[in-house]
Amino acid sequence: MTAPTEPEMLSKEDSDKLAKSRRGRSIALALVLGALAIVFYALTIVKMGPGVFNRPL
Amino acid sequence: MALVDDNLTAAGVAMEGEVSDYLALLKPRVMSLVVFTAAAGLLVAPGPIHPFVAAIAILCIAVGAGASGALNMWYDADIDAIMSRTRNRPIPSGRLDRQTALMFGLVLSVFSVALLGLAANWFAAGLLAFTIFFYAVIYTMWLKRATPQNIVIGGAAGAFPPMVGWAAVTGNISLDSVVLFLIIFLWTPPHFWALALYKQSDYAAAGIPMMPNVAGERSTRNQILVYAILLSLASLLPLATGLTGWVYAVPAIGLGLVFSGLAFKLWRAPAEQMKRNARELFTFSLLYLFALFLALVADVGIARFLEMIS
Repeated sequence: MTAPTEPEMLSKEDSDKLAKSRRGRSIALALVLGALAIVFYALTIVKMGPGVFNRPL
Repeated sequence: MALVDDNLTAAGVAMEGEVSDYLALLKPRVMSLVVFTAAAGLLVAPGPIHPFVAAIAILCIAVGAGASGALNMWYDADIDAIMSRTRNRPIPSGRLDRQTALMFGLVLSVFSVALLGLAANWFAAGLLAFTIFFYAVIYTMWLKRATPQNIVIGGAAGAFPPMVGWAAVTGNISLDSVVLFLIIFLWTPPHFWALALYKQSDYAAAGIPMMPNVAGERSTRNQILVYAILLSLASLLPLATGLTGWVYAVPAIGLGLVFSGLAFKLWRAPAEQMKRNARELFTFSLLYLFALFLALVADVGIARFLEMIS
């Protein structure tokens, strides 16, 4: 029975490249989510007016 | 060794993709035309719309169009790998895997439709959902590989955006918005067949039944001419419905004459000049649509301004 072969590991450069592209995607996703939050907030104000805050709590 | 590190094999690296690969899935150049025609439909539609809601509506239509682009690339990865024009797309070049593109397209479809419904109205949202369905399923999965009329029917998907923009304002479909649809619908076949005439070896290699490969160059050129004339006539319909006046009429007539003229030149071109004339028509067709919709917006805008100050 042969031992399971170890998967070929990444070189230092490839690992850095991977980290960099992951960081880029994370930042892009954060920007999209932030923008979405702002859009929903602004839409609420636009569609319901500032009156949305005038209600009994 | 931590479990996540198991993914760090050489094969996994290629498949994660950069931000730019995800943007490429949205077909940004197609998107720019969609944004422009959707904005035109929204601007000429009668009735008030809050500028912020208008901006969000156009964003939603753009993202919806991008989502159908991603779904198209998910499904068409096999033929994209064969054609030189599409070989460098993210999936055939190995920068993203198909599953990622599918999920990306589905998530964006749901978000764009839902946001359009919340911001504008659910009729427009339904129309956007239908547009995505039409492009991704009816065109990409079914007609593109099945019939040389693929472009004609698939072109309907590209003709919906101004109707969606219009519906975002009015909440319905009207004769005027159908006219805008008809103009882009008739524009698409001569636009794409001109491209296919000088790229036909590509499509033949991928096994896609484009008109020049199936019906021959002669028949394609005949059909381009017919569509060009129909388009030139249809472009005058906004005058008949009363949507526009002379500010639109003058450029529309001029643009129609040039379009038909180039189509006629292509129709009678000798074989050795055919590709050059086809490229000429293709390039002009982009300018044509841009200028025509610009004239439309300018006409309606000027009319509204004059009405306001009188």
